[in-house]
Amino acid sequence: MASYSTNEFKAGLKVMLDNDPCAIIENEFVKPGKGQAFNRVKIRNLKTGRVIERTFKSGDSLEGADVVDVAMQYLYNDGEFRHFMVPDTFEQYQCDEKAVGDASKWLKDQDSCTVTLWNDAPLSVSPANFVELSIVETDPGVRGDTSGGGGKPATLETGAVVRVPLFVQQGELIKVDTRTGEYISRVKE
Amino acid sequence: MMRLRAQLLADIRQFFSSRAVLEVETPVLSHSSGTDPQLDFFTTDYCSPPLEEGLFLQTSPEFAMKRLLAAGSGSIYQIAKAFRNGESGRFHNPEFTLLEWYRVGFTLPQLMDEIAELMAVLFSGHSALSPAERFSYQDIFQRHTGLNPLEFSYKSYCDFAQNNHAVEAMDICGYDHSLWLDFIFTHYVQPYLGENSVCMVYGYPACQSSLARINERNSQVSDRVEVFISGIELGNGYYELTDAKEQNRRFDSEKAIRQQRNRPVAVKDKHLIGALEAGIPECSGMAIGLDRLLMLLTNSSTINDVLNFPISRA
Repeated sequence: MASYSTNEFKAGLKVMLDNDPCAIIENEFVKPGKGQAFNRVKIRNLKTGRVIERTFKSGDSLEGADVVDVAMQYLYNDGEFRHFMVPDTFEQYQCDEKAVGDASKWLKDQDSCTVTLWNDAPLSVSPANFVELSIVETDPGVRGDTSGGGGKPATLETGAVVRVPLFVQQGELIKVDTRTGEYISRVKE
Repeated sequence: MMRLRAQLLADIRQFFSSRAVLEVETPVLSHSSGTDPQLDFFTTDYCSPPLEEGLFLQTSPEFAMKRLLAAGSGSIYQIAKAFRNGESGRFHNPEFTLLEWYRVGFTLPQLMDEIAELMAVLFSGHSALSPAERFSYQDIFQRHTGLNPLEFSYKSYCDFAQNNHAVEAMDICGYDHSLWLDFIFTHYVQPYLGENSVCMVYGYPACQSSLARINERNSQVSDRVEVFISGIELGNGYYELTDAKEQNRRFDSEKAIRQQRNRPVAVKDKHLIGALEAGIPECSGMAIGLDRLLMLLTNSSTINDVLNFPISRA
C-alpha cells in the first residue's frame, strides 16, 4: 500500500494509525512564522468509530489503508453472523454484530447497503440513507389528525423505534432517514 | 473585499506617511535566499546569455530593507509580496502580502507601542479591539502550561504531553527544546492569545531568537516580539541584530541545519553581511501578514476568502 505525506492528507483519505484503519476528517496546517510546521489532523478510527486529534510534523507520512466501500445486499441473520452479498459477483461476506453495529436496526432482508472492507474483511456496515420498513407496533391512530405535531413511538419490523405522526397506523409501510432516525413519509404499497 | 483591501493599504500608507516613514520598494527576485531552516523558498531560472543562473523569490523583504538602512535611508516601510514554498492551509498561501517596517532608533518596547497604535487605527470602524496586552514569553507560556520555556526539562515536557493526550509530541520533538516550544506554544498557548485584542508576546527564548538580538540583561531571552489577535499569529518583530559577525555565524549555523535536514541549499546574502559590516543603525523592525489581518477584519475563516485568486486558482 502506498504511503501518504501530510500534504496529501485530505478528508476521506484512509490511512493506518496505531495499527488500525482510519479515515481523515480534517487536516489543518499549523506553522509559526519562525518555527516548525505541523499538521493537526482529526481522524476517525474506522474500527471503533472514535474520532481523535493527532499532530504530525509536516512532511511525515502514514501508510495507506486498504479500505473500500462496496455496495452489497443484506441476505440473512444466522443468529451469530449477518450475511451480505455483492450483487454483481455473488461473493458473500459474513459480519459479526460488532461490525454491523447500529446498522442492524435498519437492515431488512434483500435491502441494499454499503459494507466497508478492510483487507477484504468487513469493518463496518452502513444502511442506505433512506429505508422503507413496516410498522409492527404502535398506538392506535387518531383519525383526522394530520398535523404531525407530537407524534408517537412506532416499532418497525427490524426492531428500530421511530417517532411517527399520530395518523400513521400499525401495519403501514413508512420511509425513514437512517442518518437521523427520523420518519419521512408513508409509502403506498 | 477588494475595496476593503484597498482601504487597508491606504490606511497603512496614511499612518506611516504621517510619521515620516518612507515607503520603499526592493527586488522580489534575488541572488541569495533566506537561510531559515523552517522556510522553503521558490527558485527561478534567469537567462541572460550566455549565463543561466538560479534566482530566488524572497521569503520576506528583510535583507534588502536592511541594506537600505545601512545606506542611510532612515525609517522605512514596504508593502511587499513574499513567497514561501509548501505553505498552504487555512492561514497560509504560498504567495502573500507583508507589511514590513523598520524604525531607526526604536527599541522593542517603542516598536510595540507603534504596533498597538497601528492596529488601533486599522481596526477602527470594524470590530473594536480591547486595549493591547503585552506578556513575556515566559509568563504566558507558564500561565497556560505550567512549564518553564527557558529551562528544558525533558521529563516535565513529556509529562505535560502525556497529560494532554499528545504523546506524539515525544516522538516528534525528542530532545529538541526549540521543537518542543513550537509544539506546545502552537497547540496550548497561541489559540488563547488576543481574544478580541492585540496580544504581544516578547522575550522569546534565546534558542528561538531567529534574527533578533539577545537581551542585554538576560541572555536566556531574545528581543523578539510576536503579535496575535484572536489566536492568529499576525507578525513578528525584532530589535535588530547589527553585528555582522554574529549574523554571519547564524547564517552558517542555519545553513548547517538545512544540510543536516536535507533541505535545498540556501545561498547566504553577502550583500547583507557587507551592509552590516559597513554598519546599520540601531533599529527595530516588524513584519505583519496583511492577508491574515484582512481575515480578522472580515471574520473570514480561511485565507482563500480574502484573496482574489488563491494559489489553486492563480
